[in-house]
Amino acid sequence: MESFEYILQDKEGIHARPAGIVVKAAKEFKSDITMENKGKTVNCKGIFAVMSLAAKCGEKIVITANGTDEKEAIKAVSAAIKENL
Amino acid sequence: MITKNGKGVFGGIAFGNIKIFNGDKKVKKYFTTDTAGEKKRFEAARKKAYDKTIKLMEKTASEIGKKEAAIFEIHSMMMNDDDFVALVESKIDGGINAEAAVYEAGEETAEMFSYLSDEYMRQRAADVKDVAERIVEAFGQDDNESGSGEKTIIVAYDLTPSQTVGLRDKNISGFVTEGGSATSHTAILARTMNIPAVIGVKGILDEAYDGRFAAVDSSSGTIYIEPNATTINRLKDKKDKAETEMQLLQRYKGVKTETKGGKSVMLYANISNMTDLDMVLANDAEGIGLFRTEFIFMGRNTFPSEDEQFEIYKKAVEKMGGKRVIIRTVDIGADKKVDYFNIPHEENPALGYRAIRICLDRVNIFKVQLRAILRASHYGKAALMFPMICTLEELRKAKNILNEVKLELDFESVPYDRNIEVGIMVETPSAALISESLAKECDFFSIGTNDLTQYTLAVDRQNNMVNSKFDTDHESILRLIHFTAQSAKKEGIWVGICGELGADKRLTEKFIKWGIEELSVSPVYILSLRKHITEMEF
Repeated sequence: MESFEYILQDKEGIHARPAGIVVKAAKEFKSDITMENKGKTVNCKGIFAVMSLAAKCGEKIVITANGTDEKEAIKAVSAAIKENL
Repeated sequence: MITKNGKGVFGGIAFGNIKIFNGDKKVKKYFTTDTAGEKKRFEAARKKAYDKTIKLMEKTASEIGKKEAAIFEIHSMMMNDDDFVALVESKIDGGINAEAAVYEAGEETAEMFSYLSDEYMRQRAADVKDVAERIVEAFGQDDNESGSGEKTIIVAYDLTPSQTVGLRDKNISGFVTEGGSATSHTAILARTMNIPAVIGVKGILDEAYDGRFAAVDSSSGTIYIEPNATTINRLKDKKDKAETEMQLLQRYKGVKTETKGGKSVMLYANISNMTDLDMVLANDAEGIGLFRTEFIFMGRNTFPSEDEQFEIYKKAVEKMGGKRVIIRTVDIGADKKVDYFNIPHEENPALGYRAIRICLDRVNIFKVQLRAILRASHYGKAALMFPMICTLEELRKAKNILNEVKLELDFESVPYDRNIEVGIMVETPSAALISESLAKECDFFSIGTNDLTQYTLAVDRQNNMVNSKFDTDHESILRLIHFTAQSAKKEGIWVGICGELGADKRLTEKFIKWGIEELSVSPVYILSLRKHITEMEF
C-alpha cells in the first residue's frame, strides 16, 4: 500500500476540471485508489465521488493506492494533483 | 398578439415557432425482466451520448473556445463514471427499463450534489442532470427530430450548456428563458453564437405557446406571440436595417477614430462584468473607459479579498493588451445595495452614503481595492477613477490614501505602475462647477452624464413618476459639460464622457468641438460611433 498526503493550494478547491484530471490519471492504473478528505474516503477513479468531497483550499487530502502498480499509480496521481491543485 | 417582456442579452431580431424545452421531460418507466437486454441498450445509449459529447467538445473548442469546451470533457467523464454506471445497472437489476434507470440515477446523483455545502458544487447538480438527460435522449427517440427546415425559437427555464451548443445546427433563430441572468450560460453562449436571446420573461413557459409563431426583439427585450402584420413588417424592417448596418460596420474595425479634419477621439467601452470584455475586443474598442467594479462586490455575502480583486483587474488589463483600462473604485449605495456593507436605511440614498463617501469613511475597504488595482497596474495600462467627487477635499483625501497604499507596496517591494493616472468622475454639479480647481489635482475627467442629470435636474433616476423629466441633454447639463471641458483644457488634462450621452450621435460633433477627447460607450455602439466620427467634415 502506498499513500500520499497533500494540502490543497488551489483557491477553488477540487473543482470539476482538476477533479477530471485527477480521475483520468487514476483510471490508468489497476490498483484500487482512494481519496480521503474530512474523514470521508471515496474511489479516486470516480468523478462524481471525487467532486462530492467538495474539498476546499487549505484542506488535507490523502491518496491511497493498493495493488500491483501502486507505486506508479501514486507517482502519477500525486503529480497530477501537485500540478493542478 | 400577445406581448411579453424580459431582458435582451444579445441584440437582434428573430422569427420562428416556439419550441418549449421542458427540463423535466417525462421518461417512460416500465417493468421488465430482460435485465441483460436493458443493460445492452443502456451501454449502446451511453456510448452514443459519450461520442456525441466528445464531438460537442471538439466543436465548442474550435468554434467558441477551449475554456467553454472544458465542461463537455467533464460531462464525458461523468458518462464514464464507474459509480454512475453501477448505479444505473443496479436499477436495471431491480427490474426497470434502462431509460428510467438512467433518469433515476441522474436525479439521485444530482440530489447528492445539491446537498453539498459548497455553492459551486451544488450548481454541478445541473451538469449531472444534463448528462443523464443526454443519455436518455440517445436511446433513439430524438435522433431524427429536426429537418423540418422551419426556424425555431427555443423557450426554456434556463438552458444547459450542452443544450445551447447542441442546438446550434437545428435552425434555431432565438433563445427565450424565464430564468437566467446576464451571466448565465444561455446569455454567454447566445452572445458568442450570435443568436438573439431574451432572458427573465415571466410566464413564457406556458405550454399553450408551444408551436406558435413568435418574434423576438432582443434590443427591446420583447417577445411577440403571433404578432400582427404591422408588427412583423416593422420588425423585419428593423432586422434588415440592423443586419446591413452590422455588416457595413465591420469595415470600421481597426480604423482610426478621427474626423476628416484630423481630430481624433479615444473611443472606449464601458463594462460591468468580465464577460463584457469579449464584446469590447470583438467591437474593437480602443480601451475601457469605465470599468464598473460593483459586480465584484454584488451577489455575495462577504467582501471580496485583495487577491480576488487583483486577479480580476489583472485579467482585464492583460486582455486589453496595453490599452488603457480605467478602473472606477466601487460605487455602492443609492440604487446599488449590498447587504454586508451594512448601510443603515436612508430616506434619500441618492443624496446619502454612497461611492467615495463610503470609501473615505471605511478606509479599509478602499485600501484593499486600491492595493488590488495598483498591483494589477503592473501587468498592463490601468488608470484609477474616483466616483461621486463633490469637493476638492474629497479628492485630496482619496489621493492621500492612495499614496499611503503606494508606500505600503513600496515597502513590500510589490511592483506597480508608478505613473498610474488618477482621474475623477464628474457627475455632480459641484464637481463640474469647481472643475478648474479639481483639474489642477488630477490627471483626467470622465463625465458621468446619468448622475449629473439626476443631480442637476433634481430628478430621481429610480422614480417612475418623474422619469419623463430625466432629460440628459438639457441645456443645464450641456453647459456643465462644456464648462468642465474648458477647465480640463485650461489645466492641460484630458476629459471624456462615460455616461449614456456619450453615445448620443446628435451631440458627438458638439462634444468633439468642445474638446472632449474620449467617449466611453457600451461595446455595441463602438463601431457605429466610429463610423459617425470618421464621416465628420471638420
